Amino acid sequence: MIQLELRPQPSATMAYATPILAVVLTMIFGGLLFALLGKDPLQAIITIFWEPIFGEHSFYYRPQLLVKGAPLVLIAVGLAVGFKAGIWNIGAEGQYIVGAICAAAMGLAFYPTESIFIFPLMVLAGAFGGLVWAMIPGVLKVKFGTNEILVSLMLVYVAEQLLASVSLGLLKNPEGFGFPGSRNLQQYASAHNTEIIANTGMHWGVVAALIAVIFSHVLFTRHRLGFAIRVTGEAPRAARFGGVNPSQIILFCLGMSGVLAGLAGMFEVAGPAGQISIDFNVGYGFTAIIVAFLGRLNPIGIVFASLLMALTYIGGDIAQSQLGLPAAAIQVFQGMLLFFLLALDLLTNYRLRISNVERKS
Amino acid sequence: MKLSHLLAAAALAASFAGAAIADGHGKTKVGFVYVGPVGDGGWTYEHDKGRLAVEKEFGDSVETVFVESVPEGPDSERVMTQMALGGADLIFTTSFGYMNPTINVASKFPDVKFEHATGYKRADNVSTYSARFYEGRAIQGHIAGNMTKSNIVGYIGSYPIPEVIRGINSAYIHAAKVNPDVEFKIIWAYTWFDPAKEADAAKVLIEQGADVILQHTDSTAPQAAAQEAGNVVTFGQASDMGQYAPFPRVSSIIDDWAPYYIARTKAVMDGTWESIDTWDGIGAGMVGIGEISDAVPADVKAEALALKAAIADGSYHAFTGPLKKQDGSDWLADGETADDGTLAGMSFYVEGIEGDIPQ
Repeated sequence: MIQLELRPQPSATMAYATPILAVVLTMIFGGLLFALLGKDPLQAIITIFWEPIFGEHSFYYRPQLLVKGAPLVLIAVGLAVGFKAGIWNIGAEGQYIVGAICAAAMGLAFYPTESIFIFPLMVLAGAFGGLVWAMIPGVLKVKFGTNEILVSLMLVYVAEQLLASVSLGLLKNPEGFGFPGSRNLQQYASAHNTEIIANTGMHWGVVAALIAVIFSHVLFTRHRLGFAIRVTGEAPRAARFGGVNPSQIILFCLGMSGVLAGLAGMFEVAGPAGQISIDFNVGYGFTAIIVAFLGRLNPIGIVFASLLMALTYIGGDIAQSQLGLPAAAIQVFQGMLLFFLLALDLLTNYRLRISNVERKS
Repeated sequence: MKLSHLLAAAALAASFAGAAIADGHGKTKVGFVYVGPVGDGGWTYEHDKGRLAVEKEFGDSVETVFVESVPEGPDSERVMTQMALGGADLIFTTSFGYMNPTINVASKFPDVKFEHATGYKRADNVSTYSARFYEGRAIQGHIAGNMTKSNIVGYIGSYPIPEVIRGINSAYIHAAKVNPDVEFKIIWAYTWFDPAKEADAAKVLIEQGADVILQHTDSTAPQAAAQEAGNVVTFGQASDMGQYAPFPRVSSIIDDWAPYYIARTKAVMDGTWESIDTWDGIGAGMVGIGEISDAVPADVKAEALALKAAIADGSYHAFTGPLKKQDGSDWLADGETADDGTLAGMSFYVEGIEGDIPQ
């Protein structure tokens, strides 16, 4: 009979081991799933995890890991700040959209003027857009005690409608023959988030992501505010007695994640995506939630988690076209990862004990 | 800095080119990029039928690959690049939002041919193709105008883009021709495929008194909602949706990409492929009209089939004057037909349709 026993202290070893264990279990059960679909499981796993990094065409895929990973890092780092304090911003997708809209609007307002000031202004606009969108649940929570999970999530749908509206109206390309979508920022030099070194995937968003990681790391290891955030999450009463102002923490955490999500949207719309369109958002804001937990809410962990998620997307697409795996199977595979991670989380706080005594119920 | 850019770009270009040539296979490899799942029962399903037709036609001399549910944007660019690197000779990108990615990738792989559906940007190795769905809408409109008893026709629009607006106008013109009292209620779903949203839209339209529903979205959810309501007529969209025949589905517009896909694949095999812009309709077989069921009175069915024949042989154009725009200004004089340029960028309703196109 296997029993769960509460650990006196959460296990540090397990905290690091479970993400790896989760990946391994995902590979095993994912492989099983692929086998049931009639595909060679080993080949599928190799295609997903090996091909993009070491395969024949890795010269193209490796930079793509950065392109796909950078927005995830930016958003997840911001979310992790809030999650540590027990503030659940589920609406990063909305903040990402609004940041992108504001940034694109700023850039297009200057079209076709060329100036080195346009790009920095767009960065500010993107951060501002994300901030405003995150402040709505923030202020509502502080003033009226609303639930930030619901408000931030619902605002994603509002943001999506806003996106559709500006794609069809305000930001529509006047030379686009009536089709929705803004001008292509990739063809507007001053607004283009170009690769800093060609063909490396290294655009300004990657740089911003790295800065965010360092900033967040310092915040949590060196700064009083980081400590206050942690205490608020782990022991809210103690934090209050310790003089931490919960409203400030709420606004800071939501604001921070909003700014970073807005920046992610900005770098995406000015770079890889190139334009505001109805389908601009592809779910980075939601995937980043998985990434934040997979990375143990730790900035460095988030970098690895983002690259891993990016890998499953890129490898997943390769597996689709090379092996004919359905897209749904890849999605299940990604879902498994979060499932196993959360399930194994149990092992951090509990341990398994095998006892011989049959208990009567 | 400049030089290193240049060198890196040259190195990449060389490796791209090398990848394409090194893969010296005998088979012609054809890639398909889909926006939805192949099982959507509508848009993507029909494109995939086209792919299967290519496989059937050419057998062992062709290999097809596809990736489904690819988001429009950087992800699609990566998928296309991956197909090109994987040795594809011809790549069909089957959604409007793939336009810029297709052009971007095509410029890196000059030896690979690309075909982009429903867009307007071409290049030496990028063709565009689309179907004149509005011809099918004319026939739907004719049937809808005859079938409605409440004189309210519901229309589920996806996005207010020219293609969809064209369809609404065409359907309305032909519905109003047989039933001047007909009124169109239009709901924008802002999605191509979302069964839940489409079902909601259908239910709202039914509640507002619509007893005919036309849809420009791809799932069968509106069909199911109409079936539940019991007395509401629908039409299959993109695919026949024959599982809802004979009622509520009384007919359908079927996208038939197979002949085009086969012809283009053949052109690549023969080395005769050229960049072209194709916009075919009922006449060329790219737009099919699903069987008109017995729920439609025989005389209406006969008229509809006559209309179809007239459109197919070119003796009748779905947009023939006299027609006015919604604001009352003149558009087409008596007997005048719309030119393709105006149709391609259509962003206005014709006279009689109420409401505004969302901006």
